[in-house]
Amino acid sequence: MATIKKKIKVIKVDADKCNGCRTCEVMCSAFHAVPKYSSNNPARSRIQIITDRLEDIWLPVFAGEYTASECSGRNRYVMNGKEYAECNSCRASCPARDLFKEPDSGLPLKCDMCDGEEEPICVKWCLVGAITYEEREEERQDEPRLGEMEIGLQALADRHGMKKVLETVARMSKKG
Amino acid sequence: MRYAETGYNLEIDLATGNIERVETDPKLMALHLGGLGTSVKLHWDRVPPEVKAFDPENLLVFSTGLLNATPAFSANRSVVTFISPQSDTLAYPMMGGFFAAELKYAGYDKVVFRNKSPGWIYLYINNDKVEIRDASHLQGKGAVETQELIRKELNQSKLQIAAIGLAGENRVFTASIEQSRSSASRLGGGAVMGDKKIKAIAVRGTKDVYLARPEDFMEQLKGVTEYIQHRWANPIQDVMTILSGIGSPQEMKHTDEKWHTENFVWGNARTRRRDFWTDEIDESWSKSQHAAVKRLISCFNCPTHCGALISHKNTPRYMAKCFGKLTYAMAAYVDDLDFSWKILQRATEYGVDSFSTPQILAFAVELYEAGILTDKDFAGCPSDKEGRFLWLLDRVVRREGIGDILADGVYFAARKIGNGAEAFDHNTIKKHEQLPVKLGTLDPLYFLMYSTNEKISITQMEGQWPQSAFPTMEQRENFVRDWPQLPDDKFKKYVLDWDIRGEKAIPYYPTPDIASEIVDWMETMHNIDDACGMCCGMSSFCFKPPYHIHNYPKIISAATGMDLDEEGLKKIANRSRNLHRAYNNRKGIRRVDEKPPADHWKKRFPELEEELLSTYYAFKGWNHDGIPTREKLEELDLGYVADDLEKRGILHNGHN
Repeated sequence: MATIKKKIKVIKVDADKCNGCRTCEVMCSAFHAVPKYSSNNPARSRIQIITDRLEDIWLPVFAGEYTASECSGRNRYVMNGKEYAECNSCRASCPARDLFKEPDSGLPLKCDMCDGEEEPICVKWCLVGAITYEEREEERQDEPRLGEMEIGLQALADRHGMKKVLETVARMSKKG
Repeated sequence: MRYAETGYNLEIDLATGNIERVETDPKLMALHLGGLGTSVKLHWDRVPPEVKAFDPENLLVFSTGLLNATPAFSANRSVVTFISPQSDTLAYPMMGGFFAAELKYAGYDKVVFRNKSPGWIYLYINNDKVEIRDASHLQGKGAVETQELIRKELNQSKLQIAAIGLAGENRVFTASIEQSRSSASRLGGGAVMGDKKIKAIAVRGTKDVYLARPEDFMEQLKGVTEYIQHRWANPIQDVMTILSGIGSPQEMKHTDEKWHTENFVWGNARTRRRDFWTDEIDESWSKSQHAAVKRLISCFNCPTHCGALISHKNTPRYMAKCFGKLTYAMAAYVDDLDFSWKILQRATEYGVDSFSTPQILAFAVELYEAGILTDKDFAGCPSDKEGRFLWLLDRVVRREGIGDILADGVYFAARKIGNGAEAFDHNTIKKHEQLPVKLGTLDPLYFLMYSTNEKISITQMEGQWPQSAFPTMEQRENFVRDWPQLPDDKFKKYVLDWDIRGEKAIPYYPTPDIASEIVDWMETMHNIDDACGMCCGMSSFCFKPPYHIHNYPKIISAATGMDLDEEGLKKIANRSRNLHRAYNNRKGIRRVDEKPPADHWKKRFPELEEELLSTYYAFKGWNHDGIPTREKLEELDLGYVADDLEKRGILHNGHN
């Protein structure tokens, strides 16, 4: 496989600056609505503020890869006197929880860094500076990445089996 | 498709347990926008004036505003409406936090409660699934504690919960409704909630909220955002630091409280402490605040930091905002800010209004010192100031002994106690404890706002107008420069002409005509905010705010698809104001009720005060008694209101 120079997009989270307003969730879901900004719904957002207000935890987490099976990450970490649940800070769209899934279909959501925009929309609208954006170049292996539809179909295939998915698509396409 | 609003209300009959999802009339948005506007209409249609606060027919309505759950920054307020046990008028305390947006994402604009539940319940809303659940195990729990317990019980970390504490359960007239870092506090909403035996409302929503013209909307929001950043970079000059920025007064962030502590009157709204803010106080209060504030936080979709997570020594954590930081300690004459954090925690769990409650406690202390209340009433009370306040708070919230009488607020308690206690009720309007302010000379703007607004509390009725004249012309010119929020350029002249002494100074300037115009501008903006669910800290309550009469119509039009212009928007706000006024007229409010407490200003001007009221009433299209005329009502498409007022004998021949 060829090695290519790739632009790496990095979001830096300064959780101490987060005021817990969840504007990032509003704007992410609005940007990804079709047509753009025609609706918003934080449950569809690919960034979620994990909050335990009285414990002083406000942690922005971005939707990462979809995973078909849950892991054993139930550990708890205490840092500066605050207890974080490992599961809560995980990026995966995973069967163990309802985070990073479309609320109606249950299909996985994944942060796409708002490809094509100057910077991710959540960063643009975070006026308190809790999330900032950086770019750097890295050399890495060129490998094909799954698009949004492939991720969705993969999730359906994992859940129902590829055969059933194909049958359903065939049936639906006949109905027109 | 409905835009900005969801188009559905939840109707809950607590007596039968019946729950219905009811589609609302789309025309209501064009007439009343939403939020307070549509809630007032709902009460007008359904709650006749004979209904009292604790009657089953009193509706308790939790409403979102029109712009809640849109991307509009700072539109996060819920408005709670009900007949108040204190004022017997239609009250509308509001709360920020996260509740309104979540309710809209669940698919509802309002939750309307009627009748009473036989046992303690809480309402659980999860999108289309709505349940009335048993809350007997939550009885007696704190308002903050209850929110945490319900979150755990339902295993839903993203639930938003509004709850009452012990004060609401015991129908204390100053009981608040607490939610996240906010509360709907004024005029006893918590008591009405408790009377209906609703311990809490928990909501989770994962539905979409739509915009009619998304591109236009985002373009407007871009302008708002740029202005927010402009205001952050350019605080207003020549005013108190605490008022120089945007958002609510930043009392969790700033430690300098010289202005509040020395200019307000403490105890039972009694004493101004002009030399309070010494270097020692500054040092000890700053230290106390920095130790207690763990983090500055905001409400939903708002870039400010008006609230804070408080962690004070070993008291349980809670969230606080602005003025409560001062009111208990200053009312108790305890000069240690640590006491504030301690008692505020208890008061927040109990769920009480931190404007009224400290005044009630200080009122009791005064009566004791005057010999009107006796050792018998205070049996078991510690003798130190801190202990006394904590003991009194416990008695009030539990309605034990003298606390049972005090729990109805200063006005009713004074009359029940008698024996001269009435003279100590000197800071209420329409039976409600006011902000503890006592000034030298009558201020015409304050006079009108205090006396006439349906909010029955000046708090948050003032706003974009300077609190006093600027001493120099240079300062005045500086202030009126870059003032795009003005509805009319003539207001600039009023600031330039306004002097600190002489002919063009208070009480005679602003003149009654000018004062009416300014007050009308302020209340119009408040009515728009309250219909939209916009935090007045980013609009009507702060100098040069991001939202104003020129961008609001564009924002609302883009959100809803209506084609509103400034005149159209003003008319809606005016309609809402007049409908609310007529509602309260129906409840008995008249000119005679519209006056500030007797010793509110050292120097009073009875004739001028009458002229101010008459001029303002005429400006509003109201008769001599403060009742909207038929002509005014018909101009606002409220002919049916005039009919009703005439039928009830409140209005005669359309005017008198």
